[in-house]
Amino acid sequence: MHAAPSAGLSLKPSHFSEALAAPADGLWFEVHPENYMVAGGPRLRWLEAIRARHPLSLHGVALSLASDAGPDAAHLARFASLVRRFDPVLVSEHLAWSTQQGAYFPDLLPFPRTSEALARIAANVGCVQDALGRRIAIENPSHYLRFDEHAWDEIDFLADLARRSGCGLLLDVNNVFVSARNLGGSAEATIDAFPGEAVMEVHLAGHTPDPLLGPALLVDSHDAEVAPEVWALYERLIARIGPRPTLIERDDKLPAFGELMAERLRAQSVLRAPLARAA
Amino acid sequence: MQPARMDAFQERFARALLAPELPAPPAFAVYRNTVMKGCIDALQANYPAVARLVGPEWFHTAAAVYVRRHPPRVPMLLEYGVDFGTFLEAFGPAAELPYLPAVAALDRCWTEAHSAADDPVLDAGALAALDPAQLGALRMRPHAAARWAWFDLPAYSIWSRNREDSPAPQDFEWAGEGALLTRPADAVRWMPLDAPACAFLDACARGEPLAQAAAGVPEAELAGLLASLLEAGAFSTGEWQ
Repeated sequence: MHAAPSAGLSLKPSHFSEALAAPADGLWFEVHPENYMVAGGPRLRWLEAIRARHPLSLHGVALSLASDAGPDAAHLARFASLVRRFDPVLVSEHLAWSTQQGAYFPDLLPFPRTSEALARIAANVGCVQDALGRRIAIENPSHYLRFDEHAWDEIDFLADLARRSGCGLLLDVNNVFVSARNLGGSAEATIDAFPGEAVMEVHLAGHTPDPLLGPALLVDSHDAEVAPEVWALYERLIARIGPRPTLIERDDKLPAFGELMAERLRAQSVLRAPLARAA
Repeated sequence: MQPARMDAFQERFARALLAPELPAPPAFAVYRNTVMKGCIDALQANYPAVARLVGPEWFHTAAAVYVRRHPPRVPMLLEYGVDFGTFLEAFGPAAELPYLPAVAALDRCWTEAHSAADDPVLDAGALAALDPAQLGALRMRPHAAARWAWFDLPAYSIWSRNREDSPAPQDFEWAGEGALLTRPADAVRWMPLDAPACAFLDACARGEPLAQAAAGVPEAELAGLLASLLEAGAFSTGEWQ
């Protein structure tokens, strides 16, 4: 199934009524499936109501694909059950790990990009795609730490992961910007070199300077509006690869629903720009 | 240089996440902060009455101690902090707040009622249609989302006044109180419950027939208790005898 290349919003319970009533012109919503892994009750009913009016995307945060272990069978079964129930238009996860020896860390943790890691992650992605019966998109993470052990460039690593596992990619433009600022390097060069054919979805989010280290360390906090530099990178990307489903991602310090819809409209206008159509 | 193996790298990284005393580069703090904030935010969302009673600073300090001892075991953060109430019982600074574990227990009841399996509610009409002679043998099954508990202190009064932004608190007596939380129409609601009513629901949950389960309820009060429990959606249509 192909998603219409339109713009969507990440969805929080406090915006439920407005989301449900919003005009449905290509508007889609994305949620973290972990918040809907419940036996029953209002959360599922709420998501069903949204799904009846809008396409839905499931953006997992806990499959821990870069763990040195296979995906947790119980978690994968819960994920598959939600995919069957809600038939999402997109399913995505992260190039990161978040579980270790039975503990779950609510974050997207980094790892040295070695060939060992690539083989393990490709196998894990394959396992997830088999269980869900569909292709998933894998998101590039934000980076804060430099590792001398990297044997692979991130773009090559992602391209090879997509080739080996058949997965698609989720390009988070803010993560590219934050990582380039934190570790050095050119965000434009990363955007230009990212394998465009594999991109199934784009994320746009806000970042904030680290409270202690200041602007020398940007944190991918999802608690602010999309920065001007990130919009510029996004326009550059869409002009090159053409329109892709694009999410305004906001997880914290939620503004009024209308403010998110205004950012979404801006993404929508980029997707409909002549350059994007010509690509 | 031989790259670190994945398992060794992740074991070392994970250990440092919740141990601020271990040396790490300054940027590692982003991961420590994100993990800690994610866990504390989840506890705050799951224990709003506790958080409101003790204030943000106290809650943050207690939650951080809890997180280091008990990191999440599953990624559904709605389930995080199942034993937060037990932790508070033994947490030194909480000694002056003896009602805190009970308030935590009721916050936990709310979460369980909110996310429990769907289950058809037994309405009062269904019971009225039965032959009164057979009522005593009836085994009533508590609804999947019903949670109740008895406390030797005024837990219900304290909890219900702090669960939501409520009007000016009224006085209450310092005495034992029970509570019932139900989800009759997809929204959690609550009511106070006395000790015999809690014992009655306990007995129903064990599968005892009504006559036996209600042994501790004064006869004059039984009809009224049943009516209010049915109205609250405390029973399921399942397992009729």
